[in-house]
Amino acid sequence: MSIDIETAARVAKLARIKVEPEALPALADEFNAILGFIEQLGELDVENVEPMTSVTPMRLPRRADVVTDGDQQAKVLANAPDAREGFFAVPKVVE
Amino acid sequence: MLDLTYDTPKPKVISGAKQDWELVIGLEVHAQVASNAKLFSGASTRFGAEPNSNVAFVDAGMPGMLPVINEFCVEQAVRTGLGLKAVINLKSAFDRKNYFYPDLPQGYQISQLYHPIVGEGEVLVEMGDGTARTVRIERIHMEQDAGKSIHDMDPAMSFVDLNRTGVCLMEIVSRPDIRGPEEAAAYVSKLRQIMRYLGTCDGNMQNGNLRADVNVSICQPGAYERYQDSQDFSHLGTRCEIKNMNSLRFIQAAIEHEARRQIAIVEAGGTVDQETRLYDPDKGETRSMRSKEEAHDYRYFPDPDLLPLEIEQAWIDDIAARLPELPDAKKARFMADFGLSDYDASVLTADTANAAYFESVAAEAGDGKLAANWVINELFGRLKKDERGIAESPVSPAQLAAIVRLIKKGDISGKIAKDLFEITYTEGGDPEQIVEARGMKQVTDTGAIEAAVDEIIAANPAQVEKARQNPKLAGWFVGQVMKATGGKANPKAVNEIVARKLAL
Repeated sequence: MSIDIETAARVAKLARIKVEPEALPALADEFNAILGFIEQLGELDVENVEPMTSVTPMRLPRRADVVTDGDQQAKVLANAPDAREGFFAVPKVVE
Repeated sequence: MLDLTYDTPKPKVISGAKQDWELVIGLEVHAQVASNAKLFSGASTRFGAEPNSNVAFVDAGMPGMLPVINEFCVEQAVRTGLGLKAVINLKSAFDRKNYFYPDLPQGYQISQLYHPIVGEGEVLVEMGDGTARTVRIERIHMEQDAGKSIHDMDPAMSFVDLNRTGVCLMEIVSRPDIRGPEEAAAYVSKLRQIMRYLGTCDGNMQNGNLRADVNVSICQPGAYERYQDSQDFSHLGTRCEIKNMNSLRFIQAAIEHEARRQIAIVEAGGTVDQETRLYDPDKGETRSMRSKEEAHDYRYFPDPDLLPLEIEQAWIDDIAARLPELPDAKKARFMADFGLSDYDASVLTADTANAAYFESVAAEAGDGKLAANWVINELFGRLKKDERGIAESPVSPAQLAAIVRLIKKGDISGKIAKDLFEITYTEGGDPEQIVEARGMKQVTDTGAIEAAVDEIIAANPAQVEKARQNPKLAGWFVGQVMKATGGKANPKAVNEIVARKLAL
């Protein structure tokens, strides 16, 4: 798999990270280096090997259906650049 | 139990300028799980709370917060799957669907793309005209809801409320088996009915607790059958997805409009672009959601914060054993046990409260058919007039059963029964005592009726003469007798006696 400059620009845009056009070739090279490193795994035969999801055998922890959290409007809004009447206020987004 | 078999409904055909077209429709229904707390946090799901008050730091996407799954939500997804006769997957997993939007603070939605909890199932969708469509369910997965953006509070700003963020949704995905706008609405109604029976989703569309995305394409007659035989999608047209509708009326209107839009494009020699569209109920049209197109690459990957969800067969069996009787079974039982028509049984099983009310009336009255008539025609009609639900009925099942018993015994006529019902409805009381106290009993004593007939014949010699020439006029005498007895005379007896006395 090879990442070209166009793909690098697209990934940056999807991630909402601003990358100047002159920085794109280097970024594409870095992506390729990382992917090349990971692709070494392709050399292994993993036929009939279950994907490992955890290093320790563990069951997904569950919670009961009880309200234990919330009621902290001020804390939730504390980091908001702009909040009004209990809402986050953001530049208008409308379809 | 009755085995209900139905004919398949005819697909809707829309005539274009050049030829006829058929519709192919698949739905993604988002049903909010009726839980107290959210899918991965302990914040409340209560509707209508102060903005941003039902928000845990997990929901707000704060760094370092970890999701912990609400087991009740998992159970409701399993229940819903069982209710749709679907395969339950013992192992499912959560993935991240990545996109940026102000009402999604995590920057991704936790969903189940690759390994949903529920696999293939099916729903029988009755159309009310003796036909029904079996719609195949492809899958049901659990996912987080997003927050709510309000755009009309300020000219330059959107206001964001995260109370809904992280609430558990079940996304129910159908196969493209639906063939018209009415079928689509009937399908959503049926899902809502089943989930309300199960108690897994309250089905409140107005509050957004049940919403649908609709995929619509058009094809030439015959093409759909080729798709069904081969399961090869190339026989079908390019589909467009209309997002997020929360009313059955809008769903139908949007499908109708979207099909006509596609027909116009194809007949003009163009091609339909696969895209996401929004329905505008004010303008009655759909339009493209350009922003969605740009963000269409969601870069799904397994959520590293969540282990796969493994459930045990014994747990599923236990849930299955506790399932309530579902609408199809209840309807079939009502038809078999009480001899009700398909229509009456459908009305009475529309929701569990109606069905339970009817069943107690039928049991106490000892006549299911008569009980059904009274529940549907009198009680439902009267409640509707007052905009009341069955839970607020002033007439209890025991009271209505007493009225039905009085009719059945012949103690009161149908007409008097309506008066008695109205008295019971507005004033309350024991119907049997009301009948006694107010002298509403039907007069079956032929002596009394004969006396009344004699009196009227004697007082109206001219009418007697006319009736002898034209026997149809005997009805006038019947009317007079009923009037004289305050409607309490047994109409059958009156008819006979009048005919005999007039020597007709």
